[in-house]
Amino acid sequence: MYDFNNIYQPKTIEEALKMKSEHPEALILAGGSDILIQVRDGKLAGCDVINIQPLNELRGICVEDNGSILIRPLTSFSHITKNPIIEKFLPALGFAVDQIGGPQIRNIGTIGGNICNGVTSADSASTLKAYDAVLEIASVDGIRLLPYADFSKGPGKVDLKGNEILTGIRVPKESYENTYGEYMKYSVRRAMDIATLGCSVNVRLTDDKKSIDRVRIAYGVAGPTPMRVPTAEKLGNGKVITEQLITDIAEAALTDVKPRTSWRASKEFRMQLIKELCKRSLRTSIKKAGGTI
Amino acid sequence: MVVGKKINRVDAVTKADGTAKYTEDLLDDKCLVAKVLHSTIANGKVLSFDLEEAKKVPGVVKIITSFDVPDIQYPTAGHPWSTEKAHQDVCDRKLLNTRVRFYGDEIAAVIADDEIAADHARDLIKVEYEEYPAIFDMEESVNNPGDVPIHEEKPNNVIVKSNYEVLDYDEAVKEPGLIKVTGVYETQKVQQCHIENASSFAYKEAGKVVVVSATQIPHIVRRVCSQALGCDMGKVRIIKPYLGGGFGNRQDALTEPLNAFLTLQVGGRPVKLMYTREETFFGTRSRHAMKFYITSYVRPNGTFAAREIVAYSDNGAYGSHAHALVANAVNAFRMMYPVGAIKGVAYTVYTNNPTAGAMRAYGIPQIGFALEAHVDDIIAKLPNDDAISFRKKNMMQLGYVDPGTTITCHSTGLSECIDKGREAIGWDEKIEKYKNQTGDVRHGVGMGIFCYKTGVYPIALETSACRMILNQDGSIQLQVGATEIGQGADTVFSQMAAETLSIPFENVHILSQQDTDVTPYDTGAYGSRQTYVTGMAVRKTAESLKNKICDYAAWMLNKDRIDLDLVDNHIVRVGTNDVLISLKEVAMEACYSRTNSNHIAAEETHHCSDNTYSFGVCFADIEVDIPLCQIKVNRIINVHDSGTIINPQTAEGQVHGGMSMGLGYGLLEKMLFDPKTGRMLNSNLLDYKLMTAIDTPDLEVAFVEPKDPSGPYGNKSLGEPPVIPVAPALRNAVYNATGVAIDSIPLNPEKLFQEFTDAGLIK
Repeated sequence: MYDFNNIYQPKTIEEALKMKSEHPEALILAGGSDILIQVRDGKLAGCDVINIQPLNELRGICVEDNGSILIRPLTSFSHITKNPIIEKFLPALGFAVDQIGGPQIRNIGTIGGNICNGVTSADSASTLKAYDAVLEIASVDGIRLLPYADFSKGPGKVDLKGNEILTGIRVPKESYENTYGEYMKYSVRRAMDIATLGCSVNVRLTDDKKSIDRVRIAYGVAGPTPMRVPTAEKLGNGKVITEQLITDIAEAALTDVKPRTSWRASKEFRMQLIKELCKRSLRTSIKKAGGTI
Repeated sequence: MVVGKKINRVDAVTKADGTAKYTEDLLDDKCLVAKVLHSTIANGKVLSFDLEEAKKVPGVVKIITSFDVPDIQYPTAGHPWSTEKAHQDVCDRKLLNTRVRFYGDEIAAVIADDEIAADHARDLIKVEYEEYPAIFDMEESVNNPGDVPIHEEKPNNVIVKSNYEVLDYDEAVKEPGLIKVTGVYETQKVQQCHIENASSFAYKEAGKVVVVSATQIPHIVRRVCSQALGCDMGKVRIIKPYLGGGFGNRQDALTEPLNAFLTLQVGGRPVKLMYTREETFFGTRSRHAMKFYITSYVRPNGTFAAREIVAYSDNGAYGSHAHALVANAVNAFRMMYPVGAIKGVAYTVYTNNPTAGAMRAYGIPQIGFALEAHVDDIIAKLPNDDAISFRKKNMMQLGYVDPGTTITCHSTGLSECIDKGREAIGWDEKIEKYKNQTGDVRHGVGMGIFCYKTGVYPIALETSACRMILNQDGSIQLQVGATEIGQGADTVFSQMAAETLSIPFENVHILSQQDTDVTPYDTGAYGSRQTYVTGMAVRKTAESLKNKICDYAAWMLNKDRIDLDLVDNHIVRVGTNDVLISLKEVAMEACYSRTNSNHIAAEETHHCSDNTYSFGVCFADIEVDIPLCQIKVNRIINVHDSGTIINPQTAEGQVHGGMSMGLGYGLLEKMLFDPKTGRMLNSNLLDYKLMTAIDTPDLEVAFVEPKDPSGPYGNKSLGEPPVIPVAPALRNAVYNATGVAIDSIPLNPEKLFQEFTDAGLIK
């Protein structure tokens, strides 16, 4: 038995936006894999929800005219992983969301829910950060576009107003073209687990494959929100690939992060993982891009 | 032959097609819901409750607090009751407790029409406490018990301290040339994690209180409920339906006594008390955390001269099984290597942690880790011995009679188990191959051995009853008080009955449910006792039934009884084996005879006065990723001597389950608590790292089958033992791979990070 107060059932996006503006305190129910747990826990007991789950307009993946990949927020993790567009252009994202929970959760959980929850451990978040995703956010007043980099406001807090709903996630062509990425999730178990640390790296190499043209590195659980490590990226951009460079980038990443000690893992252990996962993800990304170390 | 054959479980189809009814499936639609209010302090006293707001919640029927329960302290352990006061279980809890002893203690209960109302009302109860400093460390609890003891009956917080000595330890250590090895080993608190949470419902019928519950021990729970309620045992009836795992947690009265009390507070209306996963974690039982100080004196030729252990066991807030577990552990310390002088001291200690109780192998996984880790620490200091030669020189041999318990080694295949495992894992080649490794990823092999008793004789009563009823078609009804809890007991009992009666397996119809008003007495599923003790009752009853069938056939056929036997479902002439008549024809006549109807049935008790040891070994081959602090198990094999294997298929499954539990124990699992409040932090299956299927390597299993002369069918214990040797084998493999000897479990990434950093492997 779940303790809901009201469940609103919109038939269209317009109706959902109208309901959201009328009931700004109501929560958006997408897959439910986070909200139902919190209702059961009592944290959200007695809440109001707007159930957008049946709105198929908010589901699916396409390439737009300008080459951007558009992922609608209700797309389930398993659909993302198996989508041909993702497989071809953003396999790192497909892999990342395939690390979430187990098959049942990946069938019901949605990418929109994953990032709107605003938790630092969300498996899709670091990869979307690393690919400079742009969010489409709608309300009855219209649509605004927001770089995902600016979306996180703190643990569990995101830049969504009471009347707004996330309606799209875009990865621009320039961001994924000639770019190869790798996501490493470090968790105590290999399934049904939360990340102790997540690291998503992608690289674009120079034409001769000898140097890094652009490297982007993002982490989950290295701080209160999913985060990029600009010092490390800056250090890597334009440099000739060597083992030493990889070590230097990983060391530099440590200066950008802010992991904390919790009962799940110590800060010191997370720092070890931040360094080690960075090295390993970088090496793999470089190899995928045709480079050698 | 039915014994020794691979046969599908008798409950396989009904469990697969969903027709097997578990406790929750049997609920009455009109069942009220009870929810327990748990304390939010770890040590103190409830001064008062404010129920005003809670009572206003629509749907609330009644709220019972710790001030409303009978002033009776009762025991909960699933032990046979001792009629001697000195051996009785600790009686130290009430149905709800005003004196709060751990974070999560049961202090009140709400009965409501539905779950939401019950939850809501419970959250609105206000409690005023008087708080005392809490003690979470077992040694601290002994050394510094504080002004207010956790239980006033035990002012030093020590439930029991025991000791023993074999030969003269102080004299033995004087032998010249001995090598001294010391170590301190610690094991963590883990939970049984059976799939079905603690669950029961209760109602009143015909003047009795009936409790339907997922329990391993229905007859014992009946006694405990009668003690808790202060009523006669005949006024309590316990029904045990199909059940989703127990692993020892349900070898304890859990929700049943309170549930029985609650239904009586609402006029006998049905009330369900179903614990959530979170409540099952902190509010039921767990495996004792233990700490062992071991000192050994070893001769350079690789034999023990003397050995000493000081053991502490964290029993948590309430007695439950209390000292029985650490006593078992220090006894096994002696039994495993019964060589030289041996001295043991053991403390069972109250702390303000959740209560520990029985869990698969009852204290032995703890000592198994400590002792087998210690043995590898010894071997590292010996000039001429390796892991196998040292163990073989010192381990228990055939004919050993334990001086503490008189338990005798009637059979042993341990040496053959070791040889078989050594060969299978490629031990000798790998020991060579894994020498002098460098680099981030290193390989290692490790092993651990164990011995384990079969049942609880002579420490406690061993008794079992069985009933068989002949049906008109020549099939039989088989009823036992021993319980099927997923381990396959019903299947092997059916095989045993078919074997001794010489009838087809499918003609044995076992009743999987126990009902204390109907079912023969048995103490239940624990101590790996049922195939041995209940097995003897099944055999005795089958012999008795067979005798009665032959008696009747002799009358029918007008022959001498002595000339007849029941073979292959037919009455035959002894000697020639000539078939005279089918069992079915005898059964029809016995039921419907107009001159001599006889409803043939047999019921026997077996009072068991023997015990025997099972043995086994685990070999593990692992790789350690040092920078990522990860262990990957490449191969793992358990080889068991459990005597004759009744059913190789279910036995293998049992070993798989135990190995999986051992892997979790050795690598990942640990109950975590907030050091300030004592609140459990990871009381769910996300944060409590039970291994998933994908984390589990292929589990290899082999058996060595010496027929045990004391077992009913040559068999010995198997239910619990597979969990024991896994954790030490993994620890010793990490030692082999990295040179880092880790003296506590689990070997989880955080632990490895600490250890590898301390050892300079991570900079």
